[in-house]
Parts: sequence; C-alpha cells; structure tokens
Amino acid sequence: MNQYPLWKYLSILAVLLVGLIYTLPNFYGESPAVQVSPLRASLKADDALLNRVSEELKAANLQPQAIALDGNSVKARFDDTDSQLKAKDILIGKLGEDYMVALNLLSRSPQWLSKLNALPMYLGLDLRGGVHFLLQVDMKAALSKSLEATSGDIRSALREQNIAYSGVNRDGNALAVKFRDADMRAKGEAEIRQRFSDYVLSAREEGGDFLLLATLKPEAERRIEDSAVQQNLVTLRNRVNELGVAEPVIQQQGADRVVVQLPGVQDTARAKDILGRTATLEVRMVDDEHQYSPGVATPFGTEMFKDREGNALLVKKQVVLTGERINDAQPGFDNRTNEAAVHINLDGVGARKFKDASRENIGKRMAIILFEKGRGEIVTAPVIREEIGGGRVQISGKMSTVEAQDTALLLRAGALAAPMEIIEERTVGPSLGADNITRGFDSTKIGFIMVAVFMVGYYLMFGTISMLALGANLLMLVALLSMLQATLTLPGMAGIALTLGMAIDANVLINERIREELRNGVTPQAAIHAGYDRAFGTILDSNVTTMIAGIALFMFGSGSIKGFAVVLCLGILTSMFSAVLVSRALVNLFYGRKARLTKVAIG
Amino acid sequence: MEFFKIKHDIPFMSYGRYTTTISLVTFLFAVFFLAHKGLNFGVDFTGGTVMEVHYAQPADLSRVREQLAETHLPDALVQNFGSSRDVLIQVPLRQNIAGAKLSEQVLERLRKQDASVEMRRVEFVGPQVGKDLVENGALALLLVSLGIVGYLWVRFEWKFGLSAIIANLHDVVIILGFFAFFQWEFSLSVLAAVLAVLGYSVNESVVVFDRIRENFRTMRKAGVAEIIDNAITRTMSRTIITHGCTQMMVGAMLFLGGETLHYFAMALTIGILFSIYSSVLVASPLLMLLGVSREDFIKPEKTEAEEVLP
Repeated sequence: MNQYPLWKYLSILAVLLVGLIYTLPNFYGESPAVQVSPLRASLKADDALLNRVSEELKAANLQPQAIALDGNSVKARFDDTDSQLKAKDILIGKLGEDYMVALNLLSRSPQWLSKLNALPMYLGLDLRGGVHFLLQVDMKAALSKSLEATSGDIRSALREQNIAYSGVNRDGNALAVKFRDADMRAKGEAEIRQRFSDYVLSAREEGGDFLLLATLKPEAERRIEDSAVQQNLVTLRNRVNELGVAEPVIQQQGADRVVVQLPGVQDTARAKDILGRTATLEVRMVDDEHQYSPGVATPFGTEMFKDREGNALLVKKQVVLTGERINDAQPGFDNRTNEAAVHINLDGVGARKFKDASRENIGKRMAIILFEKGRGEIVTAPVIREEIGGGRVQISGKMSTVEAQDTALLLRAGALAAPMEIIEERTVGPSLGADNITRGFDSTKIGFIMVAVFMVGYYLMFGTISMLALGANLLMLVALLSMLQATLTLPGMAGIALTLGMAIDANVLINERIREELRNGVTPQAAIHAGYDRAFGTILDSNVTTMIAGIALFMFGSGSIKGFAVVLCLGILTSMFSAVLVSRALVNLFYGRKARLTKVAIG
Repeated sequence: MEFFKIKHDIPFMSYGRYTTTISLVTFLFAVFFLAHKGLNFGVDFTGGTVMEVHYAQPADLSRVREQLAETHLPDALVQNFGSSRDVLIQVPLRQNIAGAKLSEQVLERLRKQDASVEMRRVEFVGPQVGKDLVENGALALLLVSLGIVGYLWVRFEWKFGLSAIIANLHDVVIILGFFAFFQWEFSLSVLAAVLAVLGYSVNESVVVFDRIRENFRTMRKAGVAEIIDNAITRTMSRTIITHGCTQMMVGAMLFLGGETLHYFAMALTIGILFSIYSSVLVASPLLMLLGVSREDFIKPEKTEAEEVLP
C-alpha cells in the first residue's frame, strides 16, 4: 500500500533535478562586469561592437573572464574591480558618447546554465544597494499646459478665418472665447468644432458678451494625462541612460506615478539632479558664410555646436524660437515623397515667429539645438525650402524612420510634459545591502539547523525524512524565485525563513498522525498510509488560509512587502509539494517495500 | 522521544470561564493601551525622512544634534541604532522643505564635521504615500479577514469561520497592544508580519476544527464538550511542536536578522505565542458558545457508508 509506481518516483526526481539546476547559479557568486549598450536607436549591439570592445580591451592589456552579447548590450566580466574600473574608463574614452558604459555585476555561473536561462535570484535594492524613487506627475500642470497651447491655436485659427473675437481666456478647466455677436459666435463655433475635436462646446451670454465655452472631453483629458506620463517616462529613460546604470527600472505605477529604481547608484544627489533637470530646446540659424576650423576662434556672434554624428557647425547666437513653443513632435512621412519625416506643431506665438524667420531665410539652414547640462547638441539642421506658416513644420530628407522617431523623441523629450515631484525615496548603501544579505542568510541557516536537530532527535527516521523534504522545499523555493526572477528583498528572505518554519507543520501533522495510529494498534504500513491520507485535508486547509493572507499582501503591499508576499505564496506551494509528495516518496522508498514491517523509527 | 503522553483528555472546556476571562482582560488591556498611547507609527505611515549613518568611531550624538540644529532641524530625533557607531536620524515631514533634498543637506553637514560618516540608508516618504499605505494596509486586513471567514464557511460551517476570525483578530489586537505599550515602531514590515500572523494562526484553529469535525463523525456517543476536549488534547502535541519549530526560525531572525527584521520577528513571536492560546482557548469556547452541534455536519438521512472520512 505504501508504494509509488516508478513514474511517480521519476517525476519527483525530475522536478527536484530541475530545481537543482535553477538553484545552482546562486552558488557561483558574481563578478564585476562592464556593460556597453548603444544610446541611439540607430545603433545596434552586434558582433561588430563585440569585436570592437574586445579589441579595445586587448589593446589595453585587459583580460576579461568572458565577453558576450546579451540582448542589446555587450557584457564583459572581469576578475576584480580594478580591471573593471580600468575597462570602464578605457571604453568610455574609445567608444565616445554614442554608447553607455555601465558597471554591473554578472553571475559567474557557467555558460551551459546561462543558456538554460538559469539565473541567480534577482536581488532587491535593500539587498544590493541603490536608490528607489517614486515620482508624482503633476497632472494639473499637464492639463493646463495643453489648455494654454489650445488657446493659442484657437486664436490663430480664428484670425486665419477672419472671424472677429474679443479674447480667449482660461476659465478653470475650460477656455472661454468671447465674441461680439451671435453670428460671429456661430461661425467661430463651426470653425472650432471642426478643428478641435477634443473639446465640447457650449454657448452662453454674459454681460453683453457672447461666450463660447470649450471644455476638454473626459477621454481627451485622459489621453493628455496618459501621454504626459508616457513622455515623462521616455525623458526619464533618456536621462537615466546618462547615469550609466546597468539595470534601471522605470515604470508607471497607477495613473500618475512613476517608479525609478537605480541599483548600485550611491550618488543620490546626482541622480536627483539628473532626474529633475529641465532640458531646453532652441531653434537658431546656421552661419553658412563662415567655415568652422578647429583651433580658430569662432566669428563674432556665432557659436560652435556638434551634431549627433560629431560634425561641427557654426550657429548664430540669436535665438529664433525656444522649445516651449513646440507643442508636439511626431514621426511620420512626407505626403509627397513618402520619405520619413518629423512633424512639429508650434503654438500660436511660435508659429508667427517661425513664419517670419522662414520667410527671411529661404535656402538657408536652421539648427534645432538641445541643451542639457549646459551643453548643446544639434538635433537636426534642415534647409528651409519655403515660408512656413500655420505652425505646422515638417522636417524631412535623408532620414530613416528610426532616425525620425529618434528626432521626434528628442524634440518632445527636451522637456518633461509635466513637472514631477519625488514623493518617496529609499536609498540603501552598499554596506547595508551586504549586511542585510548576511543577516538574512545567517538567520535562515541557524534556524534551519535548530529545527533539523530537533526534528531528527524527536522523530528519528521520520524526522530525518521530514528534514530532507524541508531541504527539498528550500531548493524548490530558491529555484522558483530564480526562475521567475522575482525580486528578493530582506522581508522576502524573512519570508523564506518563515515559510520553512511553517512548512514543518505539514510534516509534524503527518508524523503525529502516524504515531497516533500506531498507538491505536494499527500495523506500521497502515499507520503510514492513514497518517498521510488523513493529514492531507488539514494541511490543505491551513495552507489555503495562509495563502489568502499572502495574496492580500501581494495585492496591497508595496515594494519590499510585495517581495515578502511573493515568497510566502510560492513557499506555500513548494511546501505542499515537498511535505506531501517528497516526504511520502522517501518513506515509501525506505519502508514501503518491506512486506513485514513490525517497527518504524518515529520516536 | 515524546513530550506529550496524555492518557486522558484534558477538560479544556470546563476551564472556559477562566480562559475567557483571561483573554478578555488581556484584550481590554491591549485596547486600552492602543487608545491611550496609540501606535508609534514609523516613517512609512507618517511621512518624513529617516537616515541611518555609520561612523568609523563611536558617534558623538550631541554633536550630530548640534549640526542638525544648525541646519534648522531642531526637532530631528537622533539616536543610536544597533551599535554606538550607527546613528539613526528621524526628521518629521514639513511643509517648507523639499523633503527629497533634505537628506543631502544633512549628509553634507555631517560630512563636514566628520569625513568618515557613511550613508547606510535614507528613506523619505511624502504625505501622499503614507496615506495610501494606511489605506492599503486597512484594506489588506479587511480582505484577509473576509477571505478567511469565507473559506472556513465553505470548508466547515459559518460558526467555525466566525469563531476562528474572532480568535485571530483578538491575537492581532494583542500584538498591536504590545506595540502600543512598548512604543515599538510600527512599520510596513510589522504590518506584513501582523497579516502573516492572521493567516498563520488561523492554521491553528483549522487543525483543531478538523479534529472536531472528525470527532463528531467518529465519537458517536460523546457530548460536544467532550468532543472538543478530545480534539484539543490530541492535537496539542502537534501544536506545541509546530509552533516551537516556527519559533526557532523566527527566533533566529529576532536575534540575528538585524534591526530591520527585529520588530518584524517580534510581531511574529507575539503572534505565535498568542495564537497557540487563542486557537485552543478562545476559538473553541466560542464555537461552543455559538452552539456547534453534530447536526451541523451529519445530516440525518446520510447512510453509514457515506460517513467514512474522505
């Protein structure tokens, strides 16, 4: 009665083996590494980059342990932090500004494990050190910015159509357009309705004025808010790239919050500085009369800027437009030539200025310069073909679709769509992180040993089997956490210890049941059978209730508490497997085949 | 080896009056301290800034305080944390200072005074976040309670669900009472521990309830009190051993896990101790009070064959 068919033993063995394979990477430790990834969408991390990086390292007499292409980056692993830092400096110098060179830690596990996607557990910030920011996007500012832009557009639209109006004002969450008579208002209403489909219009008379109220539709409001968050995410990603962080996490949380996690970053002041920075965009005319030559002072009234390919251009100091006048920039296509293009939408004031500037400078080049950290870079410098009115500007020619996307992004990401505020910060220094790992590991180890000594002493053979099952439980839990790459936090480590303590409950229940059956005079084989069978219902019930608590914690917890909840839930699943199946298989192997079992060692 | 060789069932139910009194008194004490002293909420809930810094030599707290006073932070709380070299600085939330910038200002100040100071941890929580956490914590507590009652209702009977959740919320209140009495910091991880205790100590009641249900089927002639006494006595050995093992693990965390895990483990320890008591001596008397009976499980029309255990 206490025998499993062969397939059952084999499948349990197979599960444990898979568990062992996925647990293995955690034992190899990590090596300092350097990670090189391209910063431009047009550049790819490929074999050419891999060769280039290894050539550069060879030239500098640095021997990486391993160097490989991984996703969109090249990673090189070193023996010590010394050569890691040296390699970083060399690569930054040689590769230039097109690539991000970041320090990282890479698992030392052998290739065959990495090929199986077996990675070590993903450590949370409280264990590896780093910064966690929670930023709140100011939605009111995003909406009011969009209303401001629209009020300018309404003005120029009415002027274009020669519709007389006496003013456009903000009125809370709406725009109030004033007309002198009902006739003009009807005309204006038709025009505005046609052009601005995001607004609901309503007419009203007030003190002799004929008012037209334009209110944002709720869905348009939601769209604006959503795109504000999206744009901020893009901007933040660009800025974080500059920090040279190996595995940053930048995610939307809820409707209006953004989480930024920068593992390994210690200089929080600089991180905050870069995240909170405002970039500006300027449109200026290119000075084509003079040629830039290095070493010679630039002619009066001009400045030198480089474009993204590194070509120097002389640009006039006088500013035509600033980035605040750009409402939107989208990649698209030229509708005549079907070439990739960037469509820029200027606000009313910008449109007028741009019209004048373009009329006076036909045939000349205009440079769009992005200023960040006080350093300017030319995003693009197209030739003006004709006078451009209406605030709709198109940049096209010799551009790939990827470049068009990139340029549009830079034009938009120049500034944040809406201001953001840091509402939560958690920084953990590297020494505390390392301490936390040791503490978590030590307390689990000591606890495990104490429980093991007690269980073996108290239940003898069955205690030994219970502890083997508990060991299997730990193995499975670590394997699952590694497989899912769930974030392991300090509360998560506490969760491992706690679930191990709780998992022993199942085995105690079973062992106590077996003892009780034996006391009632049942034969050992029957006692084992009844013990496992009867305890199962109880084990299931008690685990389900703990699972309910785990799920609620996962749903409502944040950050490190979520880590605890994940471990708690996974630990319950693995403990069900190990306490019921693994320990039973071991008991069956040990006692099951003895036909005349008269005594079992259960203390 | 066997610790519990009990020949006769212990008449737990006849002690009902005493045990109910004891738990009622403890409960009222806990409620009193909660109401009177309140919980010492950590920065997770109140908002504010917490910094942990490490010095190479034992830190001079008064000089640190001086520096903070000069940074216009006279209300900052400065204390040792774990060892004499570690200092914990807590600054309450204020309107006029950009919270996220504060930690840098303080650190810069301290660096000027002693270059060996090392930043270990900074936590800044804005007012919006703290409020969300309180709401989410309360919601989680409610959800866990409802989930457990619901599950026990389906698996057993509503009387079981109700008495189990009362017994366990009684544990929760007592844990909170301890935290209020000693003014230990109530942080997010303590809340997690409290919720884990809620899930965990229900285990305890479930094991006893399982036995009670089984006994109703097997002990055909026994009375309700006898049945419950027998169930408790026969599961007692398991109760003590399981909790002992869990407590070994939690104890290791309590003493070796460092400051961060200390109160987490403390909440678990109190929870484990009281859940032994409450599942046996609160949940079961409540079950009797609610009038559990054989008819709750065994429908008269059932035949003998169907009454065999699953």
